[in-house]
Amino acid sequence: MGSLPKWNELPPGGIILEPGSSLRNKTGSWRVIRPVIDQEKCVRCRLCFLYCPDAAILEVDEEYTTKAGRSYTVTYKVNYDYCKGCGICANECPVKAIEMVPEVA
Amino acid sequence: MTASELVAVAAIKEGKYALAFPEFGAERRGAPVRAYTRITAETTLIPRTPVLEPDIVVVLDSGLLGLPDVLQGIKKGGLLLVNTKAKPSELRARLGCSSDIRVATVDATGIALETIRAPIVNTAILGALVRASNVVSLENIIEAVKERFPGRVGEVNVEAVKKAYEKVEVG
Amino acid sequence: MAQQLLKKKLALSSNYAVAYAVKALDVDVIAAYPITPQTHVVEKLSEFAANGEIDAEMIHVESEHSALSAVIGASAAGARVFTATASQGLALMHEVLHIASGMRLPIVMSIATRALSAPISIWNDYSDVMNARDTGWIIYFTSSAQETHDTVIQAYRVAENPKVHLPVMVAYDGYIMSHTVEPVEVVEKDEALRYAPKKVTWPKLDPDQPITMGTITSPDWYYEFKYQQVVAMREALRAAEEADKEYGRMFGRSYGVVEGFMLEDADVALITMGAFANTAKVAAVEARKRGVKAGVLRLRLYRPFPRDAIIKMLSNVSAVGVVDKAISFGAPVEGPVFNEVAGAFYSSDNKPVLVSFIAGIGQRTVLVEDFVSMFKKLLDYAKVGRGPGESIYVGVRA
Repeated sequence: MGSLPKWNELPPGGIILEPGSSLRNKTGSWRVIRPVIDQEKCVRCRLCFLYCPDAAILEVDEEYTTKAGRSYTVTYKVNYDYCKGCGICANECPVKAIEMVPEVA
Repeated sequence: MTASELVAVAAIKEGKYALAFPEFGAERRGAPVRAYTRITAETTLIPRTPVLEPDIVVVLDSGLLGLPDVLQGIKKGGLLLVNTKAKPSELRARLGCSSDIRVATVDATGIALETIRAPIVNTAILGALVRASNVVSLENIIEAVKERFPGRVGEVNVEAVKKAYEKVEVG
Repeated sequence: MAQQLLKKKLALSSNYAVAYAVKALDVDVIAAYPITPQTHVVEKLSEFAANGEIDAEMIHVESEHSALSAVIGASAAGARVFTATASQGLALMHEVLHIASGMRLPIVMSIATRALSAPISIWNDYSDVMNARDTGWIIYFTSSAQETHDTVIQAYRVAENPKVHLPVMVAYDGYIMSHTVEPVEVVEKDEALRYAPKKVTWPKLDPDQPITMGTITSPDWYYEFKYQQVVAMREALRAAEEADKEYGRMFGRSYGVVEGFMLEDADVALITMGAFANTAKVAAVEARKRGVKAGVLRLRLYRPFPRDAIIKMLSNVSAVGVVDKAISFGAPVEGPVFNEVAGAFYSSDNKPVLVSFIAGIGQRTVLVEDFVSMFKKLLDYAKVGRGPGESIYVGVRA
């Protein structure tokens, strides 16, 4: 504990003065299983994006056309820096396009 | 309560130190309540306790005279002022009041019904008190009443004060 | 000084004296829930707001828990805030009291002290505030409507002092003061703001410079924030003394954090707070007429506890009685303030005989004569050289 700040080196009342400092706390390392999105099956319903408790599903402006020829203007991706692997996205996906895959073999 | 406060307000207007406080049973109009006022010109060191040896006892409802302790502790040369239609001599006889206590009566209820058109005697009784005791001046009581009840309500209350001032009988 | 004397005095209860102080301080946000005997404070402030006499946001909340939560939010946003409560209301606020002090917000709250249920009592004692004594709030007990008015103004200066940044309670006796009309010289707005200028000295929520408040702290961090509060509370003692001196300089009235009355040559003394003080002083004068050299020490600032001042002022007194208006059930001795006085003297070389008196519970009347009896008892214990070892319950039918 020797390296942590002393009481008089901390801002009062447990406040955090630096905006957005939680970005540095990468919680992705907590993950045991990772969600993998099958872009062929995904129907872009946005439910995973809405349900994710850590805002770790990204809605990216990237076009995608399936092999069957269906075109989308957005693509959903997982931000693995912060995804904790809870699996809510996979559970909610109506077309079962998200698979939870073990992190380490 | 209002009466005890207004006496204090008038005394403070005269540059005196005063404390007025109620001893609550419940905060309901019409419920029996004792309220105390202490007035002094000499000191600010006043105990914050009920007055047990009053110079003046004011009874706003003659129904309370049935209670045994209305005169308890009253000082020699003290004053008993009661809202009643009875004459001071009748009241004195009824209470068996000793001759070293002055007795004053006024029909404050009658005056209140006539002026305020409600049986609220808090202000009328003050007119009688001022006349019978000189504890504060009539001008300052009127001033205090006007401040407490602005506008038309104040006017009729001042009328009640003045009428009681004229009609009180001391004997 | 001559000019001071000429100032007009208003006839105000302590409840109204608080409202007039809040008005003078140009408070931005007021949130409160009515509870007897505090209701008149907020009633008067609502009237001021409705008449446009104050420019404050009045939030009429659904509970005391919400009242304090609302002013915490407003204070965190940089507003000058006020709330008021009593008894069950203060009890319902309890968890939020800790949050206010832990977040280091300069909230000021007045308490018209009242007993706690059950059985229900709307009347006065200090059970409510004693229950809140370890919540990290600065606590004053005042003795007159004038002092209550002045102390609310001082409270903002202390709370907003950058070395302090703690919430303050200004407590006064329910009914015995809250409903008692007495003369008060009211401080005007420009004067009050010169004394306690409106300046946001504490960290505030600002969209342009975002900060995080109300964080979770792991065992590696929590302790240091609590220690910060310890240091701030110690600083508050100096800040309160400074605020009182400066108030005296500006307005001609100061009270000290403790007040001594006839202590110089006293053999016996009573430590009192709030409305008891005046009655005890009258009793001290009376006791001296009967040959008992009596004195009174009035504790005005209760948190932080002015330990050194108390020990110093009572250095020549042989027996000290502490009059408590609350019961600490199951405590070593049941008077809460007594235990603290005893604690203060434990590490002192000079140890007078200490006696605990419990009085005024649920507003049981305590007369001048009762205080005279306490002084006489103290003299008896002084002769024996030791106290009774347990609390003396004044006026209980036993």
